[in-house]
Amino acid sequence: MTSRPITEDDLNAFVDQRLDPARLAEVAAYLEAHPDVAERVNGYAAQRGELRALLLPISDEPVPAALNVRHIAEGHGRRSRLPWWAAAAAAVLLIGLGGAGGWTMRGWSGPPLQGIASLGQEAADNYAVYGPDHVRPVELRAGAGTELADWISTRLGRQIAAPDLEASGYRFMGGRVVATPHGPAALFMYDNDRGTRLVMLSRPMAVDHDVPMQPLSQAAASGFSWAAKGMGYSLVGPADAQSLLHPIADEVRRQIGNDA
Amino acid sequence: MIELLEPLIPALRRYARSLLRDRTAADDLVQDCLERAIAHWSQRRVGGDTRSWVFTILHNLAMTELKRRAPRSSDISVESAENWLSTPPSQEDGLHHRALLHALAALPEDQRAVILLVSIEDLSYADAAKVLDVPIGTVMSRLSRAREKLLKSIKDMPAEPAERPHLRRVK
Repeated sequence: MTSRPITEDDLNAFVDQRLDPARLAEVAAYLEAHPDVAERVNGYAAQRGELRALLLPISDEPVPAALNVRHIAEGHGRRSRLPWWAAAAAAVLLIGLGGAGGWTMRGWSGPPLQGIASLGQEAADNYAVYGPDHVRPVELRAGAGTELADWISTRLGRQIAAPDLEASGYRFMGGRVVATPHGPAALFMYDNDRGTRLVMLSRPMAVDHDVPMQPLSQAAASGFSWAAKGMGYSLVGPADAQSLLHPIADEVRRQIGNDA
Repeated sequence: MIELLEPLIPALRRYARSLLRDRTAADDLVQDCLERAIAHWSQRRVGGDTRSWVFTILHNLAMTELKRRAPRSSDISVESAENWLSTPPSQEDGLHHRALLHALAALPEDQRAVILLVSIEDLSYADAAKVLDVPIGTVMSRLSRAREKLLKSIKDMPAEPAERPHLRRVK
């Protein structure tokens, strides 16, 4: 009845249920006639079934956020290409350094960012939080009358008018009062037709009352900060928009200079 | 691209975790794999099977990782806790299942990979050969040897563990 000799490959394919019907019948007949081989093959099949029962449920677990392929695709190109273990090693090293540093520098809180550098950091932080926000990017929308201006002047003790950036292609969306380590600040937000957003943060300066315009020093956002007559201003946008932001920052500074 | 990659993620996690027996390391590996798949998306063969291509990336990353941790991989007893499983072995079958997982862990990596790709991930023998970059004949002989070894180590176990004293037989 058997046309070809039964091979180990056939027995494995039998266990994995990958035989065509004709060959399956031949292998089944062979196993019928050879109980010792049948016992071994049954053992293979039982073992396969048990492994499946143990391991298949792993794929039913919810996929963690870190493996969201959409996020990974968005982050592609922006993230460093360090292998995960190198990043892990770097993290361990940094934690170690942080621990060691924290101990040796106990009692000393370290130099907080001051002046114009701190201002740029605050603007970048707020851009990182509110820039991608699609629920409530601004607390008070443009067109809400004088509500925003009144709120800002109440909290900051100064009048700050939102610059008009229509000529640069950016519409005023609105704004809010935000917290900084140096007290309340006004945050204005703008967007263009492509959905690119910019923010301008402004607050009174305790130090650095008058500072010429300078670029932000961090990688996650780009922008320019300056201070004039005791008020600090920082215009921040996407990381790759440095050259685009410079003329807009110049325009903002020009408008504020005219107002003052 | 996303539509093709997303449905594969649960199986990729399962394969990585079954190989590494470590939740966190396995998910890190899958993340690395997805990043590479996205970065090299244009390099996959046109008309080729995305699943075997992505499994190939993951398999190679896993082998690199296992080689990297080679010094402690020989000490399998460290890995005997099954908290990397989705559902821990039940009380009655616990010892039996533990022994099976232990035997699986004790297999050489290339044999363990074949068992997992074929028996768990349901890859065809041809796709498994592609992932492992070996001829189909090698896949079949590794599969045979792996199953034989697993069967042998299960047979060596006590049949009714509860009745027996808690002594491991040492050869």
